[in-house]
Amino acid sequence: MLPELGQFALIVAFCVAVVQGVLPLVGAHRRQLRWIALARPAASALTLLIAVAFGCLTASFVQNDFSVLYVAQHSNSLLPLPYRVAAVWGGHEGSLLLWVMMLALWMLAVAAFSRQLPDAMVARVLGVLGLVTAGFLLFILVTSNPFDRLLPGAEEGRDLNPLLQDPGLVIHPPMLYMGYVGFSVAYAFAVSALLSGQLDAAWARWSRPWTTAAWVFLTFGIALGSWWAYYELGWGGWWFWDPVENASFMPWLLGTALVHSLAVTEKRGSFKNWTVLLAISAFSLSLLGTFLVRSGVLTSVHAFATDPRRGIFILAFLVVVIGSSLVLFAWRAPKVGLGGRFGLVSRESFLLTNNVLLVVACASVLLGTLYPLVIDALGLGKLSVGPPYFDSVFAPLMIPVLFLIGVAPFARWKNASIAELSRTLRWAFVSAAIVGGAAPLLMGEWKPLVALSLVLAVWIVATAGLNFVVRVQSTRAGRPFMAACRQQPRSFLGMHLAHIGVAVFVVGVALVSGYQAEKDVRMDIGDTVEVGGYTFRFGGVRTEEGPNYTALVGDVELQRSGRVLRVLHPEKRSYVSSAMPMTEAAIDTGFLRDVYVSLGEPIDRARPDGPWAVRVYHKPFVDWIWGGCVLMALGGILALSDRRYRLAARAAAPVAGVADQAKA
Amino acid sequence: MTPFVWWSSRADRYSWWLALFAVMASLAVFAPARAKEAAPLAADEAVEKRLVAIASELRCLVCQNESLAGSHAELANDLRREIRTMIGQGRSDREILDFMVSRYGDFVLYRPPLKLTTILLWFGPVVLLLGGLAALVAYLRRRNRQVVAAPLSLEEQGEAERLLNMEGEQQ
Repeated sequence: MLPELGQFALIVAFCVAVVQGVLPLVGAHRRQLRWIALARPAASALTLLIAVAFGCLTASFVQNDFSVLYVAQHSNSLLPLPYRVAAVWGGHEGSLLLWVMMLALWMLAVAAFSRQLPDAMVARVLGVLGLVTAGFLLFILVTSNPFDRLLPGAEEGRDLNPLLQDPGLVIHPPMLYMGYVGFSVAYAFAVSALLSGQLDAAWARWSRPWTTAAWVFLTFGIALGSWWAYYELGWGGWWFWDPVENASFMPWLLGTALVHSLAVTEKRGSFKNWTVLLAISAFSLSLLGTFLVRSGVLTSVHAFATDPRRGIFILAFLVVVIGSSLVLFAWRAPKVGLGGRFGLVSRESFLLTNNVLLVVACASVLLGTLYPLVIDALGLGKLSVGPPYFDSVFAPLMIPVLFLIGVAPFARWKNASIAELSRTLRWAFVSAAIVGGAAPLLMGEWKPLVALSLVLAVWIVATAGLNFVVRVQSTRAGRPFMAACRQQPRSFLGMHLAHIGVAVFVVGVALVSGYQAEKDVRMDIGDTVEVGGYTFRFGGVRTEEGPNYTALVGDVELQRSGRVLRVLHPEKRSYVSSAMPMTEAAIDTGFLRDVYVSLGEPIDRARPDGPWAVRVYHKPFVDWIWGGCVLMALGGILALSDRRYRLAARAAAPVAGVADQAKA
Repeated sequence: MTPFVWWSSRADRYSWWLALFAVMASLAVFAPARAKEAAPLAADEAVEKRLVAIASELRCLVCQNESLAGSHAELANDLRREIRTMIGQGRSDREILDFMVSRYGDFVLYRPPLKLTTILLWFGPVVLLLGGLAALVAYLRRRNRQVVAAPLSLEEQGEAERLLNMEGEQQ
């Protein structure tokens, strides 16, 4: 019964989405107040219906209803409850339902937190979001229905992919999708602005917090995915340039560019067209990522789907969304004003350079990701484009980006002077060069690439600190320094926190790639191996029963200077339902290093209680990689909590209303 | 430093084996087992370093986008063994990669070779960067000619004042 209810809810949701996508948009165009007023209730109803469908599917998983095909394919009665819930998005159909669920939640948030916006604008934004939702709901209903019945029902389910049975994977997809889908709000704002012809600073002001929020989720989501790959895949890497990872990274790069160009559009009224184009592109890349992952054109860890009908549908959807947005853009953009004048050297031009670099980086990733597909499709052979390519193309592009992070906050709007900038920044540069250049010596070996990265990281931190002090001094007006510190707007602090996050990230990447040590050894019971100053003593492997797997659990004593720090338990799991054994690495996490043990294979397959091949790693500063991402995201959150957004929510409503009437 | 460090000294292979033998013998005679330094899977660390470097450039053909260095698959283990043998035979990295390509095609290389079909791949980013920067400079110059310091309309002035008032409070 529940699956039918869910199915029914989806069908009704589709109808509501179509209504929401058409009437408010037409109403806003014709100034039909009743049709405009339809947008908010429609959005609430749509969210409710999708939540019902989502709840029905979740309930089917919780109750082990194996007469639902999707549940039978992705769950099992032995699966622990949290994973049964997470299994909802463990496959193609459920992932899409999660996609739509997230879209609905964003829509609801827009409806709830946009009281200060003109009604016509809200109607347009919700209308565009309604159309996107309708497209996805149609996709689900036509090609990927999660509620399809399996009659007669299966006795037992096939189980969730063991790779996904992990706490990290319970939260990673929702976070990532929140980010992905969040760019649809920025997109909807951009399209609404184009539709209304009011591409002004107010539009940038309204869409900015939404873009930042989506960016924060995406940052968290990507970091979680990377962290999961690090501890779950068992070979100690944290980023593989896998097409699926790239699919989430490209919108992040464009989203980062968008966050910066929105700042200029809001403050200075410049780059409006460019900002709109970025908003459209960021969302298009989210769609493209969904297409790449969901259509099965790639074969990689995450791609489960292989039905060509789906690929063609998403491709068509992609073409319609991107095509219509670009046509609209081409029609409206020439009428948009240029904004204020600014010099060749100014904060505007620095931010525009940042945008060019980020967009080129994103385009390079796109090129590398799609190239093998295109070459294959043209019958020119089979190619692999992997980490060596991306590393050698991406890293050089990031060097000027990192350098400019330090400069741009000091540049004045409109006109900056290079002489003045270099005067202000010379000591920061000298200290960064000395500290960053010498720091690799502490690690025991000087490596040029590590030194360059550390110089840039120290540069970012030093300039952020300097910029903070300069700003506090200039706004102090006789008050004590600390009091003036507390008066700084949170968006300013958030910016620097995010930039420092970038520096922390760079430190992690540079040190772990420069100085990680690994050993592949054969260990008998009682054997020891030393890496990075730590000694590992192998205590053998025993068998342990999990809820739906049998694990071979190793006991490895971690010692330093003869003292036992703790016992690590790397595992090798065989799931009841899957032939593929899973490696669970054991990691001792630390501020300055991780030590990482993973079990390979028993030397003699018949004797798992005998000697094993074991891989041990010492990874200096590896957690700084994710720590940096967390700082970036926190910076975004800090900026979101800025006073003007709280003020705007409370006080600006009447003002905006009046302004809207004046314009109408 | 642990007392076992001298065992790991590669220079003295003979004493290493002797020690190993002694430990094995003692293991056989006395229980419980005594600790010893674990034997690396590779006989030679320099060889292993080269192996990892070469294997990271190669794709594990039976895995889903995994390098030969990371993979635990059977075929990957075999191929790593083969590369180790080739290193032992004194072949250069280039020769080993060429051998893998002759056997599995370009697909096995994670760093695609530069040829007619990959020109776009390798030069695309540079062209994009130079093109992007050139377009940026051209745009900024043209823009500066176009933008005249137009006076604000009444409406815009009102809006500007409103915004300034709001921002003035927090800055």
